[in-house]
Amino acid sequence: MDIVAKIVTKELDVETIRKDFPILQTTVHGKALVYFDNAATSQKPLVIINAIEKYYKETNSNVHRGIHYLSNKATNEFEASRKTIAAHLNASHEEIIFTRGTTEAINLVAFSFGEAFVKSGDEIIISHLEHHSNIVPWQMLCERKGAALKVIPITKEGELKMEEFKKLLSDKTKLVAVNHVSNTLGTVNPVEEIIELAHSKNIPVLLDGAQAVPHMKVDVKKLDVDFYSFSGHKLFGPTGIGVLYGKSKWLNQMPPYQGGGEMIKEVTFEKTTYNDAPLRFEAGTPNIEASIVLAKAIDYVNRIGLDVIAKHEHDLLLYTTERLEKIEGLKIIGTAPHKTAVVSFVVEGIHPSDIGILLDKQGIAVRTGHHCTQPLIDFYKIPGTVRASFAFYNTFEEIDIFVKALNKAISMLK
Amino acid sequence: MSIEETENEIVEEFELFTDWMEKYEHIIEIGNSVPKIDEKYKDEAHEIKGCQSKVWLHSELKDGKIIYSADSDAIITKGLVGLVIRVFSDHTPEEIINADINFIDKIGLHEHLSPTRSNGLTAMIKQIKFDALALRTIGN
Repeated sequence: MDIVAKIVTKELDVETIRKDFPILQTTVHGKALVYFDNAATSQKPLVIINAIEKYYKETNSNVHRGIHYLSNKATNEFEASRKTIAAHLNASHEEIIFTRGTTEAINLVAFSFGEAFVKSGDEIIISHLEHHSNIVPWQMLCERKGAALKVIPITKEGELKMEEFKKLLSDKTKLVAVNHVSNTLGTVNPVEEIIELAHSKNIPVLLDGAQAVPHMKVDVKKLDVDFYSFSGHKLFGPTGIGVLYGKSKWLNQMPPYQGGGEMIKEVTFEKTTYNDAPLRFEAGTPNIEASIVLAKAIDYVNRIGLDVIAKHEHDLLLYTTERLEKIEGLKIIGTAPHKTAVVSFVVEGIHPSDIGILLDKQGIAVRTGHHCTQPLIDFYKIPGTVRASFAFYNTFEEIDIFVKALNKAISMLK
Repeated sequence: MSIEETENEIVEEFELFTDWMEKYEHIIEIGNSVPKIDEKYKDEAHEIKGCQSKVWLHSELKDGKIIYSADSDAIITKGLVGLVIRVFSDHTPEEIINADINFIDKIGLHEHLSPTRSNGLTAMIKQIKFDALALRTIGN
């Protein structure tokens, strides 16, 4: 067996890993916490918590403009993090922009790409699966420019209708923006095919990777994607930090998103010249601590191995699906064959929020409601779903506890 | 019974329960016995916008007192609505407007009072008082 195969077949030692996450040892309403809300945000391992403290104890200083020791140290760590992120995505570091999160990354593209390339009568394509953060910025752009939003329809299983997508692509299309993985259903979209089809008509593609990056290896070069975004807090890193990857050929044609320090070359009252990407898009003092610590989160998941993580999470998904399917009146929403470890469901005659409240009182954290995907929930004509979303630190025992608690909740609510 | 007396009665009732699940079991029971709202009032005009569950509230003046009826598509929300109605219903607009209720805190359900909370209990209490204000004007 070669070394790669050995790594791939390595089993995940979940019990040891769980010791890295102090919050997983806490109790809620007197019950051991079962945290199944990982698609909303992930928990943080000690290496991350310690790295945040270490930054403020040993490094804290402003970046890029200082002449003193600490400022150089902070700048070096900040730029080293950008390189770690770039290497993780197989990008070049000039193509990595630090943002507040996925939402800001998408807003940045909607504004700056929109300013440079979108005019009245043009079209932007999104899908029916999108999070509000990949709908509203494009609606705002369309309103600003007099452009139109086109939506790729979906099947009842929660998959994109690719034949319809082909029909939507036209000379008017300026950009395709879809999620890599659906936050509500877990559907993994056929992004390679989407990119290939769009590129065959010279249309760039933005992928919202918020739900993909924590669960799978993403290679932006191999995908040949034009823009890719993700959030640090879903990747076991700090909140308030995210990443926009953009091909340099686009970024350097796009005007700045915000004005301020850092993003300029020269300022006079008559005229200001802008820096090149990525600094052009990073006005003001960034979230230095979180930017630096994000690299530690990437190192952490890489030490465990995304292949090993994906396998464990897939096993959790299969086990949960199998157990939930046996519950009378329960219907899983989103049954695409290719899914990440997200299970959304409804129970006949019971409101999802009632289930959520009773699970919470039994120590289980799930999310209920529309999950910031109202058009998708409306498509299924339901008030919302209960969503259990997993991370590599979740266990089969936790799923057993969850199913038992769910059965209890249902018996109380029926 | 005054508003305050009803509140105290509810607090005593909840003291019987030792754990959360029992408390919620009781709330669900209340939800099942909330005074039924006339179906014709389950419209947009009577809907209180919560984030996740829908609530419809109807207020009616009878012999100088307000009678509330309500419904929700979520049973726990309906139970919470039922508790609030039990406290406020059958009182004069003046009494309702001036009531400073605190039983929700006392029975440990304050988490439902946060303005962003899914069932919008705060929005409902606001609506109950708003209706009382409106009906006071009519009554006068």
